[in-house]
Amino acid sequence: MTFSAKRRKFLTETARTAAGVGVATLMLGLYTHQSRALPADAIRPPGALDEDAFLGACIRCGLCVRDCPYDTLSLATAGDDVALGTPFFTARKIPCEMCQDIPCIKACPTGALDHGMDNIDDARMGLAVVIDQEACIAFQGLRCEVCFNICPIRGEAIGLDMRHNKRSGKHALFIPVVHSDACTGCGKCEQACILEESAIKVMPVNLAKGQMQDHYRLGWDEKKKAGESLIGTDDKHRYNLPQGTRYDYEGEGLIPAEPGNVPFSDNPLDVLNGHKEGL
Amino acid sequence: MAAGKLHPGADAIAVKGWFGAHKWLILRRISQVGILILFLLGPLAGIWIIKGNLASSLALDVLPLTDPYVLIQSVLAGQRPLETAIIGAIIVAVFYILVGGRAYCSWICPVNIVTDTAAWLRIKLGLKGGATFSRNARFWLLGSTFLLALLSGTIAWELVNPVSILFRGLVFGMGMGWGLILAIFLLDLLVSKRAWCGSLCPVGAFYSLLGHTSLLRVSAAHRENCNDCMDCFVICPEHLVINPALKELPTGTGPIILSSQCTNCGRCIDVCAENVFKFDLRFNNTQTTSVTNKHEVLS
Repeated sequence: MTFSAKRRKFLTETARTAAGVGVATLMLGLYTHQSRALPADAIRPPGALDEDAFLGACIRCGLCVRDCPYDTLSLATAGDDVALGTPFFTARKIPCEMCQDIPCIKACPTGALDHGMDNIDDARMGLAVVIDQEACIAFQGLRCEVCFNICPIRGEAIGLDMRHNKRSGKHALFIPVVHSDACTGCGKCEQACILEESAIKVMPVNLAKGQMQDHYRLGWDEKKKAGESLIGTDDKHRYNLPQGTRYDYEGEGLIPAEPGNVPFSDNPLDVLNGHKEGL
Repeated sequence: MAAGKLHPGADAIAVKGWFGAHKWLILRRISQVGILILFLLGPLAGIWIIKGNLASSLALDVLPLTDPYVLIQSVLAGQRPLETAIIGAIIVAVFYILVGGRAYCSWICPVNIVTDTAAWLRIKLGLKGGATFSRNARFWLLGSTFLLALLSGTIAWELVNPVSILFRGLVFGMGMGWGLILAIFLLDLLVSKRAWCGSLCPVGAFYSLLGHTSLLRVSAAHRENCNDCMDCFVICPEHLVINPALKELPTGTGPIILSSQCTNCGRCIDVCAENVFKFDLRFNNTQTTSVTNKHEVLS
């Protein structure tokens, strides 16, 4: 082979390899981009970095899976919708039991699970949302409160909001309300929900939460912070009050008038009998 | 027709017996399957000698081991791994610098069993030809895995890495991962001889670079006994590495196989009826001139 023929062969073969590898790289690159989409029901272990950083830091070793005492975690296999080999759990199947010593984080060799997190209550794996108020039986006026009672941070992450039952007119509704400042997204509530399909579900925080603009100032919060109203003194509220009551805006709200200071008796029978007396 | 042999190693079996002619192969399979069993003892029998997988593991609750290749990708993706992972990677790297980088391929990697089986079937079925891939493609692919980690901020290669998929699959659950392993088997069997391990796999490429100056090497110590039966060339997964050591080229090379593509699998030792080969240290190269890479460039 002459020198130029050799050079030609070298160049064509190099170009061939480069092109082949280029195509493979491009395809893998596109697939990589797609694989960032984490299904909403796949939850990362506690302390997981945000998804983009997690996919760079997690080396798919499965040590967190091994050290989870409840077999909550598993590694995504080919065919799962989760990035291959990364750890996740599905709350409805096996939720996170929120171990106090957080063995999964300790097991992580790379820091994909944040070793700086030492209190499991600080975990934000997701956020529980009472997602179907039509199906949740509490909204129908039935007593349930299973999610409220199973919650590991009972009373803080899920509270019960008592509301009037307009249908019966005389009962209360015990409505579960999730508080995002305490909910860790462990999924115990989603798993425990008694319905065929859970009415409370752990969602990724970015899907579950709204966010006010920074410019919102809530008067009552600002007042509490400043110790006084920022918009001038409160006028005494004098209009449309029930008879015999006054209103203290600064303090207790509606205040019944002193007994004895009322133009009519406390006893409703007196009103009825008074009518008779007048005859 | 030496290269068309259906039974490479037949002479060695006649001389050394079947076990003698498969000694290193058997030891390698014991190593590969044994490591898998060690990892499986925990989940299956509750005996936790080692847990994790080849990406990172913890042996006897104290010894961390981490794949330096995956860790480098994580660093390129912009992450700062913890000390545990770094120490683990250094331990693994030092080990392979001693025993030969691509010893990972032949003594640990489970895909090697798949591709060896395909290569064995190719010989038995007399399959020849097919597509050719550049043996340097793996280095291009290695570079592209680094580039993808850098650009995407994720360990992109781990989404498709057959080595991880097979080993992790066997230890943690396979899912549809068998499809990829079957594809590699068929690639090696029908499309191109030794295509995956010999041309494409960037993991092997990484470990060959890691073990570029590794201590433990195969030596054609008694090359004067070579009777040109070609069995070693037929059986060797990286047959280009043998020639400079076995045949004293005009440049004067050998007898140590210095090419970092040699996987230290020891099959050449097995199939040689004349006992030409043995494991040795790289310092015992009697020749002064070393042309480790020259040969690779020529290929």
